[in-house]
Amino acid sequence: MPLDRATLDRFLETVDSFVAERLIPAEAEVDATDRIPDGLVEEMKRLGLFGLTVPEDYGGLGLAPPEEMEVAWAVSHAAPAFRSAFGTNVTIGSQGIAIDGTEEQKRRYLPKMASGEIVASFALTEPGAGSDAASLTTRADRDGNGYVLNGVKRFITNAPVAGVFTVMARTNREERGARGISAFIVEAGAPGVRLGGPENKMGQKGAPICDVIFEDCRVPGDALIGGVEGRGFKTAMKALDRGRLHLAATCCGLADRLIRESVDFALGREQFGRPVAEFQLVQAMLADSRTEHDVAWALVRDAARRAGEGEPIARLGAEAKYYASEMVGRVADRAVQIHGGSGYIDDYAVARLYRDVRIYRLYEGTSQIQQLVIARDMLKEAGGSPP
Amino acid sequence: MKVLVPVKRVIDYNVKVRVKADRTGVDLANVKMSMNPFDEIAVEEAVRMKEAGAADEAVAVSLGPQQSQETLRTALAMGADRAIHVVHDGELEPLAVAKMLAGVVGEEAPDLVILGKQAIDDDANQTGQMLSGLLGWSQGTFVSKVDASDGAVRVVREVDGGLETVALRMPAVLTVDLRLNEPRYASLPNIMKARKKEIARKTPADLGVDTTPRLNTLRVEEPPKRQGGLKVGSVAELVDKLHNDAGVI
Ligand SMILES: Cc1cc2nc3c(=O)[nH]c(=O)nc-3n(C[C@H](O)[C@H](O)[C@H](O)COP(=O)(O)OP(=O)(O)OC[C@H]3O[C@@H](n4cnc5c(N)ncnc54)[C@H](O)[C@@H]3O)c2cc1C
Repeated sequence: MPLDRATLDRFLETVDSFVAERLIPAEAEVDATDRIPDGLVEEMKRLGLFGLTVPEDYGGLGLAPPEEMEVAWAVSHAAPAFRSAFGTNVTIGSQGIAIDGTEEQKRRYLPKMASGEIVASFALTEPGAGSDAASLTTRADRDGNGYVLNGVKRFITNAPVAGVFTVMARTNREERGARGISAFIVEAGAPGVRLGGPENKMGQKGAPICDVIFEDCRVPGDALIGGVEGRGFKTAMKALDRGRLHLAATCCGLADRLIRESVDFALGREQFGRPVAEFQLVQAMLADSRTEHDVAWALVRDAARRAGEGEPIARLGAEAKYYASEMVGRVADRAVQIHGGSGYIDDYAVARLYRDVRIYRLYEGTSQIQQLVIARDMLKEAGGSPP
Repeated sequence: MKVLVPVKRVIDYNVKVRVKADRTGVDLANVKMSMNPFDEIAVEEAVRMKEAGAADEAVAVSLGPQQSQETLRTALAMGADRAIHVVHDGELEPLAVAKMLAGVVGEEAPDLVILGKQAIDDDANQTGQMLSGLLGWSQGTFVSKVDASDGAVRVVREVDGGLETVALRMPAVLTVDLRLNEPRYASLPNIMKARKKEIARKTPADLGVDTTPRLNTLRVEEPPKRQGGLKVGSVAELVDKLHNDAGVI
């Protein structure tokens, strides 16, 4: 059910308070310990953040894309590790099941994902298959009523805390491309599932990733998402479509935070006898950041509105993710510049956020892959035959 | 047991308040408004009493303009069962508020009224005390702990120099202090559910109260700007400055 504006505003105000009073004060600790305190994760669950997109019939809030993006924007004023804690449940971890799952699969998993009782991860990338995800080699061989999985998934967000994985694996070895791939729901406790060691990341401390290793991991036949083989790559792409817009909104929220930090600092820091905000070269940086944020956010909101009206937005989603992730990189860079040497010191939020935002140009499709998606669609539209 | 919780819509505590150019009051245009933080504590306590089985109904009431409904929806999302809105535009002084609350108490017959000890806009700290005076009920002010059962309520009060524990006969009026509890955030599921809860509308006339202000605000001014401090090198220098420059010792 679409929310009336007053109700959405009330929730956004709650999120703003939660970010300001609970999350931002914990940022430095999360960065230093590489861990979000359990109590804060519980608070995020109680607030309903894990269930933003799960349909109401399955215990979630069923937010429409425009509403989801506003919440993502608001939450992303805190260090992005917090959003990441529930991000996979809201996007790629749950959407495969929500979009293509059988009724039985939805009933079984979605309510627990919505409440946060289980964390959902999305396992597509492999050591040998990143941008070229369709070349993945994890196998799922039929065995009686079920399947046996073998292979390694790499850099899987929230894997160390996940209860369930959406795993893309090859069911047809003859078919080397996307059509040989199927999507499975694999419970973390299933025999034959093993986790790799923790990765030491550049940023987003507190948002864990690791390898997920399948060794003769047996899953029942009804673990196949949608009950049909060969559709897994499409399922993964649909989940990523929705996820891209969410990431773009996240980049915008972070940019807005970085800009506010920059304005506050520039007004407070004096050199040559006046606040550095009075120097036009500093003002130019502020103006560029603000303008670029507003452009990106307008693009995200337009795409979200269209998505909400049922328009296909594969290209717009790629544009939004591409532009917003590059934008927040530039904004973070200027934020550090405006802070001077202090911007290089971790006591200042902008130093940590500078490292945190680097990932957005890489995962869920690098900037180059988004450019390919956009250009291919343009050429197709023009009647050409892209490679 | 039934608990009535009055809540006030005030300027959000994060807002830097500005005095209007004509000095007749503070600027409210486009300023973020929220529930008075002490009232949030009062709502939280009422909801906790419900959750613990000590209360069976929590009713929120607000007096003010149309937008006070938003404040009531927040109370409903936190867990109040229903709400009453006494619609009134313009200034309201504590005595008028207390009289209207006494009217609502007459209709609702609660066992406890839990209020914030003061509202952060005018910091009057009067409404609860006036209400208990008008009703002739026991009062427990500046409460940091509440234990209500079987017609009596024990409260711990934060008084100058320590804590005082008193037992009150019910019905009673409580005004709550900062340390009573930490209010919850209204969750999105509960905010959505609160849309369907009832808000009854009333007017001051329904309650037979004349709200004409009895005070006349002459002028509102910014507090004086803080002067920069200075560092002293020794105790002797400090004493010298306090004596000769500041003239305080
Ligand atoms: C913190 C983190 C979290 C992650 N979370 C998940 C997760 O939850 N689930 C998951 O499945 N994966 C996850 N990933 C993996 C991530 O999606 C991939 O790392 C990403 O898709 C890029 O793949 P790659 O690392 O193999 O780079 P590569 O594909 O090897 O790319 C190397 C470079 O080549 C460029 N390139 C590649 N192909 C082309 C082309 N055709 N044209 C032009 N340039 C090209 C790329 O843009 C890049 O610059 C995560 C990664 C990180 C770092």
